[in-house]
Amino acid sequence: MTPALEIRGLRKTYKNGFEALKGIDLEVAPGSFFALLGPNGAGKSTTIGIITSLINKTAGEVRVFGHDLDRDQQAVKRSIGLVPQEFNFNNFEPIGEIVVNQAGYYGITRHEAWRRAEHYLRELGLWEKRKDMARTLSGGMKRRLMIARALVHEPRLLILDEPTAGVDIELRRSMWEFLRRINTDGRSIILTTHYLEEAESLCRNIAIIDDGQIIENTTMKQLLAKLETETMVLDLSEPVLQLPQDTEIPIRQIDELTLEADIQRGQHLNDLFRTLDQAGLKVQSMRNKANRLEELFLRMTRNEPEPSHLTPGAEGAAEQPENPQ
Amino acid sequence: MSARHLHDYWVAFRTIVTKEVLRFARIWVQTILPPVITTALYFIIFGGLIGERIGEMDGFRYMDFIVPGLIMLAVITNSYSNVVSSFFGSKFQRHIEEMLVSPIPNSVIILGFVFGGVARGLSVGVAVLLVSLFFSPLSIHNAGVMLVVVLLTSILFALAGLINGVFARTFDDIAIVPTFVLTPLTYLGGVFYSVSLLPEFWQGVSMLNPILYMVDGFRYGSLGASDFPIAVSFAVIGLFIAVLYTAALVLLKRGIGIRS
Repeated sequence: MTPALEIRGLRKTYKNGFEALKGIDLEVAPGSFFALLGPNGAGKSTTIGIITSLINKTAGEVRVFGHDLDRDQQAVKRSIGLVPQEFNFNNFEPIGEIVVNQAGYYGITRHEAWRRAEHYLRELGLWEKRKDMARTLSGGMKRRLMIARALVHEPRLLILDEPTAGVDIELRRSMWEFLRRINTDGRSIILTTHYLEEAESLCRNIAIIDDGQIIENTTMKQLLAKLETETMVLDLSEPVLQLPQDTEIPIRQIDELTLEADIQRGQHLNDLFRTLDQAGLKVQSMRNKANRLEELFLRMTRNEPEPSHLTPGAEGAAEQPENPQ
Repeated sequence: MSARHLHDYWVAFRTIVTKEVLRFARIWVQTILPPVITTALYFIIFGGLIGERIGEMDGFRYMDFIVPGLIMLAVITNSYSNVVSSFFGSKFQRHIEEMLVSPIPNSVIILGFVFGGVARGLSVGVAVLLVSLFFSPLSIHNAGVMLVVVLLTSILFALAGLINGVFARTFDDIAIVPTFVLTPLTYLGGVFYSVSLLPEFWQGVSMLNPILYMVDGFRYGSLGASDFPIAVSFAVIGLFIAVLYTAALVLLKRGIGIRS
């Protein structure tokens, strides 16, 4: 199947001599929900800028659904919808007009553009505000407006650059639901985000870019499988009277109602619960001490030596993308 | 180019022009009204009070003589300022990116902005013409020449405004050219006098001013009197449009001021 996005040897050197991209290769499967992660200044926005024709590349090839950016730029542009990091609409224009005008730039007649605008503005809870000036919207509404605008020409590939930055948790989760739905409908999505919980929750495939180079490109499952040890935090319903001794899974007491347990890869939570049960301890809730992806991301992008709990060579054969839950 | 492409480009062109017209119409108090009031003051002060003492110019009442020039002055400045402020504003707020990510060719982007500027230039021109009727009877020698000259002049200055907008980095940059280049050239372009009044040396210098030929061509269409043959006016305007359009196309293709 033709990849949604194919990048080969992409380089970008800005006029001031800064080398933002040092020859990256990347492939995104059609229908994928793909995370492109990296610290600030790593090259994420430059990569997106080049794909969307906002930045001129220095060298390399970009193909979107088989269309070459150099030879068939118009087909590439038609295939992509962009939700940029910064608000980039006219604050003094009504939001309905913003969406309809965007459709017009793609050759969609005004009547059809209003039909589509109504559909997406309703989906994103903005239809009632279609006559309001964009400057009157809250930050979260502005983000949703940019999503509606990016979808109005029905692109096959949606690129979201930090779409939930500054958005409250309730709204963020409703946006996740919306993105999952349009991905399930067959649209490929590339997402950059600083919320690693967001990437872990939404994306099945992931690339990590650092210092202008791709340092990891795999499935989320395979990446998370690199974690050799996970620390679980256990909240108890009754205070600890006596901590189990000499257990296979190391258990520490944090306070009278909280324990921590280090689970090695290959060990089972059932063993932990059996031990706790035998000690008469009642577990009320349990969670990971740290976001798993966050822990891996920090290790990779800080350029630290390979820690002992990361399994070398875990990146194995490519895994078929799955449908999200 | 296929029929599908032509349809899409036409829709995109119409979208940009409509957006531009709605933009200046929404803020008509800032865009349409001031030039109309300024020109009415010109008619009262220069045409009425001072003009009575000047007598005739090129065989016409002074008030009648300045009407075509004042209409052109309004068309030139408004065509220019509409495009320069709109294009720079779209760069400043970054909503130019809405067009840059879409499959609109650069030529359609240019034409869309230019005809938005033409729409404002001609709207103000018509408003000034209506005001002039309170002071001077409508005089039409050749309506076709009048229309073509005013339309081409408006296109020319809308293109110039676009190029200014491409290079502008600050709000100061969009004020420098209108203040220090456009206004002096317009005032010295025969709006208020006939170049035949000037000493020979200054007549020669004036002939380097392209606006002179545009005002002269429009005056010919209105009054039937001109300092130069009408063909010269068309040639100068046509040449400038060709040069400015090509420059605008090259600038947008290279992404000057809009792409990294």
